[in-house]
Amino acid sequence: MYKYDTYDQAMVDARVEEFRDQVRRRIDGHLSEDQFKPLRLMNGLYLQLHAYMLRVAVPYGTLSGAQMHALGDIADKYDRGYGHFTTRQNIQYNWIKLDEAPNILADLAKVEMHAIQTSGNCIRNTSSDQYAGAAADEVTDPRPYAELIRQWSTFHPEFCYLPRKFKIAVIASETDRAAMRLHDIGVQIVRGEGGELGAAFYVGGGMGRTPMIGPLIKAFVPLDQFITYAEACLRVYNRHGRRDNKYKARIKILVHELGKEEYTRQVEAEFAHLLSQNIEPPTAELERIKAQFADPAFETGLSEELDRSDPDFALWVDNNCVTHKASGYIAVTISLKPIGGIPGDASADQMRLMAALAAQYSFDELRVTHAQNIVLAHVRKDQLYALWQALDEAGLGTANLDLVGDIIACPGLDYCSLANARSIPVAQKIGQRLAAKEQQIGELKLKISGCINACGHHHAGHIGILGVDRKGTENYQLLLGGCEGADTSLGQITGPGFDEDGIVDAVEKATEVYLSTREGNERFLDTYRRIGMAPFKEALYG
Amino acid sequence: MAEVQFRFRDDEMVGDPGVTVGAFGEQSNAAAVRLEPGDEARDLLPHLSRLRLIEINFPVYGDGRGYTAARVLREAGYTGELRAVGDVLVDQLAFMRRCGFDAFAPEVPLDPADAQAALDRYPEVYQPAADGRVAIWAKRHADVQGG
Amino acid sequence: MKLLTGNDLKSGAVTWWDGVQWSLHVEEAIDVGDHADSILARESATRRVNAAYAIEASKDEKGVRPAHIKERIRALGPTVRPDLTLKPADPEAGQWVI
Repeated sequence: MYKYDTYDQAMVDARVEEFRDQVRRRIDGHLSEDQFKPLRLMNGLYLQLHAYMLRVAVPYGTLSGAQMHALGDIADKYDRGYGHFTTRQNIQYNWIKLDEAPNILADLAKVEMHAIQTSGNCIRNTSSDQYAGAAADEVTDPRPYAELIRQWSTFHPEFCYLPRKFKIAVIASETDRAAMRLHDIGVQIVRGEGGELGAAFYVGGGMGRTPMIGPLIKAFVPLDQFITYAEACLRVYNRHGRRDNKYKARIKILVHELGKEEYTRQVEAEFAHLLSQNIEPPTAELERIKAQFADPAFETGLSEELDRSDPDFALWVDNNCVTHKASGYIAVTISLKPIGGIPGDASADQMRLMAALAAQYSFDELRVTHAQNIVLAHVRKDQLYALWQALDEAGLGTANLDLVGDIIACPGLDYCSLANARSIPVAQKIGQRLAAKEQQIGELKLKISGCINACGHHHAGHIGILGVDRKGTENYQLLLGGCEGADTSLGQITGPGFDEDGIVDAVEKATEVYLSTREGNERFLDTYRRIGMAPFKEALYG
Repeated sequence: MAEVQFRFRDDEMVGDPGVTVGAFGEQSNAAAVRLEPGDEARDLLPHLSRLRLIEINFPVYGDGRGYTAARVLREAGYTGELRAVGDVLVDQLAFMRRCGFDAFAPEVPLDPADAQAALDRYPEVYQPAADGRVAIWAKRHADVQGG
Repeated sequence: MKLLTGNDLKSGAVTWWDGVQWSLHVEEAIDVGDHADSILARESATRRVNAAYAIEASKDEKGVRPAHIKERIRALGPTVRPDLTLKPADPEAGQWVI
C-alpha cells in the first residue's frame, strides 16, 4: 500500500500545526464560530448532538495494521473506547473535545493518516472497491488512481469553496462494488481498443434529496490526461454550479439542468484549454504510486481445499468470503453487524485485534467497506479456520454479509445534528426480528438513513428506510427496489410511513411477500423487479 | 472602500476603483475593473492588455467562483494586479495567492502575524496553479521533468 | 417555557442555561422568557458556550422536558448506548426520550 515520502509527511505535519493554530484562534476569540466552522469542517470536525465528532479519512478504504491499531488507541485515549466506520469508508469518533483535536491529528500524522477534507464544500476522500488488488475481475488495481486523485485534490486552491461537497469513487472492474455511479464523479478504469488503460468518467450521480444515477460523459480518457480531465470537470462545476440554494448545489443538479451534452461540451472546452497548462503529473508519478500497490508476495502451490467440517465455520465461509485472484487465497469480510448491534461500530479492542489479525493473516492490510464492514483481502485458505476462530471469539464472526442483518445505517438522531429520526434502533430491531430467517431470505441489502441527506444510502437499498420528522415524532418511509452496482436503480417509496415498531413489521411483511412468491434462485430484488410494487403494497396497506 | 492591506508587487498602485464589467465594456479607457462572482472572467480576455487592475469581489468567503476567475485570467497571460476584495479572511489567503491574487483588500483588516503564518504554512504544494510553485510530483521526478 | 442550550466551546458537551452558568443537566435549565436574545448575545461573546439557541420545553412533576425529541436526546445521550448517557444506572431513562 501507499507509503508517505517526506513530501507527503510534510503536508500532513503542516496541517496539524495549521489546525492547532486555528483552534487557538477560535478559543481565544479571533475567529467566530461562523468563520471557524468551514475550517474545522475541512478537518472533519463537526459539532454533533452530544460533542464534537471527528471524521478521519481512510483513503480509498485501505489501512495498514499499524494504522488500524492507532485508530483503536485514539478511541481509548480521546474518545469513549469505540469508533464508527462509515459508508464513506472512513471512521468517526463521537466524543471529541475541541482542544484535543489537534493532538489527535498529530497522532494520526504519526501513522500517515489525517482528517483533511473529510467535510466541507471541497473534494472529499476518494472511495474505491474494497476488494481492490484481490478481485479476479479487475483490469488493474484502482487504488493508484485514487491516490493520484488524493494528492491532486489535497488543498487544491481552486476547489476548496465549491458550491457543495464533492465525492469521487474509482473502480476498475465491471462489477461495481463502490456505488460508483452514485458519486459526483465516478471513474471506471477500463481497457481501450488497443488494450491500453484509460478512465471512463461518469459525472453527476448522487443520493441526498434528489438521487441521480451519473451519466457517462467520457468513455475513455487517456491516463496521461486523467487529472487534467478531472480538473476540467471541477472547474465547470465551480464556475456554474448553483449557489442560490444549497439543496440544488450538487453537481448532479448542474449536469441535470444543463443536460449531459451541454455539460460535456463545456468540460471538453475547458479540457482543451487546460491541456496547454501542464497540470498533469508525469506518467512516472503514476508508476511510482503503482509500484507501491504491487501484489504482495503470494505463496504458490497452496491448497485450494477448505476443511468445512465445522458447520458454523462453513456458514461463515459461504457468507463472508469471496474468490481471490491468487489460488490458495480468499478475501474475507469481517462483519461489524452483530445481531442487535450498532452497524459499523467497533471497540478499541476490536480494532487492535483486527490490526493484529491483518498482520498475521493478510499481509498487514485492511479495508473499510462502504457497507461498514472490514475486509482482510488476502487470506490463505489453509489459515482461514484459525482466523475465523479468533474473530468469532471477539464477536467479529457474524456470518451475514449482504444478508438482511448486514444493515447499513447512518448514526441517525442518536448522534447526528442533521437527523430527523433514529436509525440505529430500527436496524437493531430488524436485525433481531429477522435473524432466524436471514439465511432463508438470502441476499437482501437493507439501508437506513435518518434524514434526506441519505448517508445510509437508503435510495440504493433493496429495502430502504428513510427516517422523517412527522410533527415532532419519528416516522419511517419504506422504499423498495434500489440497487447499486452495474444495474443501479433507485428505490421507490411504498406509501405512507410507519412508526418505529411499524417499520419493523413492514420489513418483515415485505420479506414474507418475497418468500412466498420467489421463483428459483431469485433474490429479493429480482422478485421485486419481476412482480413490481403492487403485491408489496397490498401486504403492507391492504 | 477597504484599504489594500497586503500587496505582493512593486509597481504603482492604480488609484481608481474598478468599474463594473458592464461599465467597462462602455468605457474604452478604463484600466481597472471589478468582477462579481457571477461575472464571466473570460469576457475580459480581449482587453487584458489595457488592464492594470482587476478586483475580484468575494461578497461571502464561501462563494469560491473568484478562485476560478483568478486562475482563468492568469492562465490567459494577465500580469496586472489581481486584487481580492470583500470577505477575505486569514485562512483563505494561501489559496488565493496560489490562484494568482497578488493584492488583498479585506473588508475587515486581518491580523498581520496570523496572515503571514497562513501564507507561510505549507512547505510544498501537490498541484501546479497560478503562482509558479513547483508541484511535489515535479520535484519527485525532477530528472524526468528537467527541473 | 423557553430554554437556552448550546455546547461547551472546548469540550463540546451539551449545556443548558441555569440563570448563572451553563449546566450539563437539563433539569437545572430555567425559563428565559423574553430574554433569550440578550442572554445569547452576551454568552456567545464570552465563548463559554458555542452555537447556542433557544428551544421550547415544558415543566411537570418529573421536571423539565424539551418539546422536541432531538433536544431530549441531547439532554440524555444516545439512546442506543445507555452506558454513555448522563443516567447510565437508570434503565428507564431511554423511555423519557420517546
